[in-house]
Amino acid sequence: MSDRISVAKTYKLYIGGKFPRSESGRVYPVNDTKGKFLANAAHASRKDVRDAVSAARKAFPGWSSATAYNRGQVLYRVAEMLEGRREQFVAEVTASEGTRKAPSIVDAAIDRWVWYAGWTDKIASVLGAANPVAGPYFSFTVPEPTGVVGVLAPQKSSLLGLVSVLAPVLATGCTAVMVSSAERPLPAITLSEVLATSDLPGGVANILTGYAAELGPWLASHGDVNAIDPTGAEDRAALAREAAGTVKRVLSVPAEEPDWTQRPDIARLRRYLEAKTVWHPMGV
Amino acid sequence: MGIFEYAPAPESRALANLKPSYRPFINGEFTDGSGEPLKTVNPATEEVLAEVGTASQSDVDTAVKAARKAYEKTWRPMPGAERAKYLFRIARLIQERSRELAVLETLDNGKPIKESRDSDLPTVAAHFFYHAGWADKLEYAGYGPDPRPLGVAGQIIPWNFPLLMLAWKIAPALATGNTVVLKPAETTPLTALVFAEICQQAELPPGVVNILPGAGDVGARLVNHEDIDKIAFTGSTEVGKEIQRQVAGTPKRLTLELGGKAANIVFDDAPLDQAVEGIVNGIFFNQGHVCCAGSRLLAQESIVDELLDRLRYRVSTLRLGDPLDKNTDVGAINSADQLSKIRDLVETGEAEGAHRWTSPCPVPERGFFFAPTVFSDVHQSMRIAREEIFGPVLSVLTFRTPDEAVAKANNTPYGLSAGIWTEKGSRILSIANRLRAGVVWANTFNRFDPAAPFGGYQESGFGREGGRIGLEAYLDV
Repeated sequence: MSDRISVAKTYKLYIGGKFPRSESGRVYPVNDTKGKFLANAAHASRKDVRDAVSAARKAFPGWSSATAYNRGQVLYRVAEMLEGRREQFVAEVTASEGTRKAPSIVDAAIDRWVWYAGWTDKIASVLGAANPVAGPYFSFTVPEPTGVVGVLAPQKSSLLGLVSVLAPVLATGCTAVMVSSAERPLPAITLSEVLATSDLPGGVANILTGYAAELGPWLASHGDVNAIDPTGAEDRAALAREAAGTVKRVLSVPAEEPDWTQRPDIARLRRYLEAKTVWHPMGV
Repeated sequence: MGIFEYAPAPESRALANLKPSYRPFINGEFTDGSGEPLKTVNPATEEVLAEVGTASQSDVDTAVKAARKAYEKTWRPMPGAERAKYLFRIARLIQERSRELAVLETLDNGKPIKESRDSDLPTVAAHFFYHAGWADKLEYAGYGPDPRPLGVAGQIIPWNFPLLMLAWKIAPALATGNTVVLKPAETTPLTALVFAEICQQAELPPGVVNILPGAGDVGARLVNHEDIDKIAFTGSTEVGKEIQRQVAGTPKRLTLELGGKAANIVFDDAPLDQAVEGIVNGIFFNQGHVCCAGSRLLAQESIVDELLDRLRYRVSTLRLGDPLDKNTDVGAINSADQLSKIRDLVETGEAEGAHRWTSPCPVPERGFFFAPTVFSDVHQSMRIAREEIFGPVLSVLTFRTPDEAVAKANNTPYGLSAGIWTEKGSRILSIANRLRAGVVWANTFNRFDPAAPFGGYQESGFGREGGRIGLEAYLDV
């Protein structure tokens, strides 16, 4: 054992590929499950939400038009970076969730990310179609990303749940503004450091630490957000009402946080995709 | 007077078998609704066609109860192959009675008989035929081995394609094992009630389909009904948002097909005569009462003058008048309300400085008619470039580069449809890819098919109708 004093990390927000503090200057203390102080997390504000949405919107054209193969490689690279930080995630999940199962949770999170990374260049062939229309037309339907997705990450599952709600957004070609678990935000910020050092373009994923109850309504009513995942919100009905003002897609989620270790289906991917049908006459 | 004048060629009104009164259809029977009866009007003549009984709140409850019972006891347990045969029967009965239904649709809606006869009715039958085949093949639809229906669907449809919108709602719902309570639009309830008769003729089990005429209060009652599992709505974005608000926080599923302000983009290399036909079809089909109408023409600057000349000439040859006349191209506006909305927006267009040209065609003295109108020198900030007019009014804007065309096309909260006219294949694919719209027609416009998914991006709604993808709206997946 050395007597060396360790260098403590400052946990910040992740917006547009950068790590700013909250513009509000606010922080809040994060404790482990036994009440021991871990760090001060940035307490994101409405203005931070708006900055993050504008970064996500700016990143959308590039990310959504990248080839599916390229998106797959970028996301797989994220999994490689996750693996490299495995020990750090195990420590943070242990502290955040007070669980002894952190190693298997981190493994599952990495594997979940790989699962979604592999979907990027397959989902269109599963959900798209060549339409056998009754006329001399070539008609086909392709799924396209809906746009900017506001994600309220699960409050309990600080890494596996987080990855399970973020990865499908990115795999479809959408960009994300995510609010982490309020009491367990540290794995989210470490994940953002992983994203920043992989090849994910800045602004594709934006991660805010703070309170879903405070930030959720701003995301749900924002005119430049196309879809909302209310998983981490308490008052989902209120959020859904806000979302109606701009006809947002609202993910239907179970009342209680699901068992994230279960293998997901493609429902989340489907919800973030729009079917576009294209017609052209056939003739010579 | 042209050199070659058309003689009138009216379709016989008697074919509609119009009855003096129509009644709601609940649990397999026509019953006196306890709501205030409404009078439905022929918009081409302003004559009352028939009196229609409407549903009160207790009628809605009775219908939902019947639909629930039919769902639990009959329709959900029934093998898909049997459900399919009912839907095939319905499709055939529609084909057999299509002349009657077409004439009735034209009387009640005001659309030209050639459209109801050649477009609406064949597509209605096709929609039932297509979905009938899905009923026993749902395990192949990509939603797992045993996709479950949702239950009782409340469906609210508009007046622009009364029977076609009914088909788009009822066919997929029934094929997937749901039962329905449908509210037709207040101004166009008649064909839906003849459809109810067809359900009887097909011996469809009571309660599987219930048809409740009425106004917005009947729709609101459906939206808020506790025993309804799914709401499907086609109509305005304004009402759609209100429905989404009402449904928020409940377990009900929702799909919305709302308004649009489609861009129809014409590049300088487009075959102009074909493009003109497509533009005309895009905005004057069904008097422009089409949510996916090509209401914003984006013309490349170098060809806009020539295009406008040809377009105005072609529009001036459209025949406006008696919808029952087989030569009529543009029929009646569906209601006095809608006509006044169109007039208001057209006045705004003039006041905001756009240049108005209206076809010199004769306009009948009686009935709700509006002559085809083309606005040029339109800017993006004008209301006629931003708001859905839902009438035979085209706004023409210009662009110089493909990037500008895409930016202008996407500069709208809507996203239902779009058109592209160019001879260059690679340009079609690239522009189609960048347009934020659920349906893109390239070198054609307003094509519909039960096998091709239809629906919007953004504030044009969510969910799709048609194709394998359209089944999702009625499955618990």
